[in-house]
Amino acid sequence: MSTETQPTSVEHTVKPVLAVEKLSVHAGDLTLVEDVSFAIGAGERVGLIGESGSGKSLTATSLMGLLPDGVHSEGSIRLDGVEHDLVGATQKQFSGLRGRRMAMVFQEPMTALNPTMRVGDQVAEVMLIHKTERSRADARTAAIRSLERVRLPDPEKIARAYPHQLSGGQRQRVVLAIALANGPELLLCDEPTTALDVTVQAHMLDLISTGIRERGSALLFITHDLAVVATICERVLVMYGGRIVESGTVREVFTNPRHPYTQGLIAASDLETDHAGGRLVTIPGSVPPAGSFPSGCVFRTRCDLATDQCAESPLWTGEPERGFACWNSGEHT
Amino acid sequence: MEPTRQDQRTRRRPLGPTFVVGAALVGLVVLFALISFVWTPYDPTRVDPTVRLVGPGAEHWLGTDKFGRDVFSQLLVGARTTLFVGFIAVGVAAVIGTPLGILAAMTRWRVLSELVMRGNDLLLAFPALLLAIMFGAVFGASTLTAMIAIGIATVPSFARLARSGTLQVMATEYITAARVAGRSTLAIAWRHVLPNIGAVVIVQASVSFAIAVLAEAALSYLGFGTVPPTPSWGRMLQESQQFIFDKPLLLLWPALAIAVAVLGFNLLGDGLRDLLDPRLEERR
Amino acid sequence: MSNSIRQLARRALILIASAAAASVLVFGFMSVLPGDPAEIALGVNATPDAVASLRAEFGTDRPLYVQYFDWADGLLRWDFGKSYVSETAVGPQIADRLAVTAWLVGAAILVALLIAIPLGTLSALRHRRFTGLVVSGLSQLGIAVPAFVMGIALIFVFAIKLGLVPSGGWTPPTEPGKFLSQLVLPALSLGLIQGAMLTRYVRSAILEVLREDYMRTARAKGASSMRTLFRHGLRNASIPVVTVLGLHMTTLLIGSVVIERVFVIPGLGSLLLDAVANRDLLVVQGVVMLLVIAALTINFVVDVLYVVLDPRLRGS
Repeated sequence: MSTETQPTSVEHTVKPVLAVEKLSVHAGDLTLVEDVSFAIGAGERVGLIGESGSGKSLTATSLMGLLPDGVHSEGSIRLDGVEHDLVGATQKQFSGLRGRRMAMVFQEPMTALNPTMRVGDQVAEVMLIHKTERSRADARTAAIRSLERVRLPDPEKIARAYPHQLSGGQRQRVVLAIALANGPELLLCDEPTTALDVTVQAHMLDLISTGIRERGSALLFITHDLAVVATICERVLVMYGGRIVESGTVREVFTNPRHPYTQGLIAASDLETDHAGGRLVTIPGSVPPAGSFPSGCVFRTRCDLATDQCAESPLWTGEPERGFACWNSGEHT
Repeated sequence: MEPTRQDQRTRRRPLGPTFVVGAALVGLVVLFALISFVWTPYDPTRVDPTVRLVGPGAEHWLGTDKFGRDVFSQLLVGARTTLFVGFIAVGVAAVIGTPLGILAAMTRWRVLSELVMRGNDLLLAFPALLLAIMFGAVFGASTLTAMIAIGIATVPSFARLARSGTLQVMATEYITAARVAGRSTLAIAWRHVLPNIGAVVIVQASVSFAIAVLAEAALSYLGFGTVPPTPSWGRMLQESQQFIFDKPLLLLWPALAIAVAVLGFNLLGDGLRDLLDPRLEERR
Repeated sequence: MSNSIRQLARRALILIASAAAASVLVFGFMSVLPGDPAEIALGVNATPDAVASLRAEFGTDRPLYVQYFDWADGLLRWDFGKSYVSETAVGPQIADRLAVTAWLVGAAILVALLIAIPLGTLSALRHRRFTGLVVSGLSQLGIAVPAFVMGIALIFVFAIKLGLVPSGGWTPPTEPGKFLSQLVLPALSLGLIQGAMLTRYVRSAILEVLREDYMRTARAKGASSMRTLFRHGLRNASIPVVTVLGLHMTTLLIGSVVIERVFVIPGLGSLLLDAVANRDLLVVQGVVMLLVIAALTINFVVDVLYVVLDPRLRGS
């Protein structure tokens, strides 16, 4: 059904930390993510943007092996230095990787921490699980150090606190401390600043980029906020309807978007005047519910340039690192 | 490929199997009770020493008890007793408990609200059985004391539910709007709060009915509920217990009847909850 | 910290106030009882002088409020007064019977928890699969059976048909073999039914917790599903379960009244029912009061457990 719409082998000068090929995610008969391929190099910072319902969170969740019951993935996900494919890996295999080789920061800091466990113990746990610290006492000391590294004031006191005693911003820093505690090669962030106050957002982004730089971790940053991507990422993947429709460096994609959807996104967000609140308001129509995107080009029902040809899935134009999937875009930039 | 999609949120919710089975079982009990008004094979209270402890057969479908009374007739009229006790008890509880809960949630005097809820907690320490035994000790046991005792003991569950439901409704914007518009508290309670918490009260009534049936059976078994000669499932068990070795069927029928009624009202309550609040159903 | 202590103190005050209010209610209610204990004790042919002197002996000639304070004051020292019928002290009787009921209820709670926690957890983890459905169905059926019917059924199967254990009676724990053989059926009757109810609560509490974001965070840390469940899930799930456990223990306590009748066990319940039959006012009053105080104490313990289990209730 889906032919070569995107190059399957991603060549990199350095061996990528993460290589995703032809990833698709299904729930029963529904296809939620289809034919997604990309690679992230060591220490590289990649943004994954798109409206809600575009499949970006599902993509990240399947990388972590945390898909809900009844949802499964196909294709291939390879993590550098890991023998087996992450698609089809057992939960036991995932347990050894999660929190150690790759870690994740979630969108909602208010509910992400266990309300009945002290914050310090929750940070220490990730080191005890992976035995990166030998004893409980060592892990506790290391936990306080981790809390200090995300610049929480009075880390000893924070470590003894329960989550409800901290603000949303503080809790998200704790979640980040947990994610970074074992120095993962890859950090996944799923809208980590969306639920935070605008004043706290910039600080959080700063902590994330400092954190990964210090540890040399690669970053996959999921957001619908273009301004955030521009701040923190080098490269960007644009996702719509469960597919990647365009990719490239932040500069290339933002200054010369090729896919009509990306063009709409950028026109709508107006980076110049409003740096923090990129909004997607001027693309006509709305995102169809998950799994009910049109066949062929997933964007054609909302696209001004759509032609009969768009009933077929568009081929990938360009390189894996810089390209787009649209039949009509070449002439319309 | 044009993917098909079923949106579970917009799809009209069919009556769940829980609801259907529950309604069928309750319907069976109601049917028994209704039939008993127009027809029973024998007078359920007629003592006939010539047919004591007869087994099931054409004459007496389910046999007779130690007094020669027809078991099937007693079972039919027993359904009436059970429903009557349950109905009055749950009615008393809902009529007292619901307004108390609404009052506790809506009153501006914190002392009053606190008093109602503390009184409620105190009442929780007096379960139906204990109250009924106390009532029985003072006034003499009867169907009335059992119903009132079960009813009073069930008040707290309605009061709590009504209070939390009302607090939720009061937090919504249209209540604020109604208040700003100068509507009286009573009018708000009647026009806005009651219709909104009605659904959960009905669910609670069904579940409480099941508990009331259990309590009535236990009380009649102990001799603190329905008094002879009115047939009652609980007392049928007590009267037949001595024949457990020879005539276990005599115990099986009333036990089965009680179980059907309780199961029916419990399932009906669960089914209603699923119908009224889809969010809850997903959780189960 | 001081906040928790203040909370505890508040709860303790509520307990004391509720117990006081309950004692007034119970005493007041029992005073409505028609008939004069002295007249009843002496029968219809008694002379007015004899009745008056017995009244003085019972203390029922004093104003009600004096009688109340006398009674309430005695309660604090486990002095429930002297029975008008048997003319013996009520306190020691109640103490003997309480020990029996405590064994029964304790064993029943143990049975209920041993059923509810593993089965509730299992059916939550398998909630869309066969095991989950079977467990849900069984617990739904269990709830529909009154405990005393369960008792009769257990007697029928295990005492009469199989002859494994006695059908009733009671032996003190000083003879462990006989004690246990007589305890097992009544404890199962109460425990199985209560366990069936609790299973549903455990199940829904675990299901609720499994959806929580912090469970996903724990998985994202690399915790195995078992570690996630035990280290993060169970404690959080226990908070709603403890609420209903309190109510269930009260139900068990009162349910034991019926079960004691089924199995001919000389516990508090039998004492209460016999006392009602004999119109032994002070015994009824004493047992009812004791049961109510027990229920209030259970509520208090539940409130304290909340604060222990849920740090959010401790304030900051």
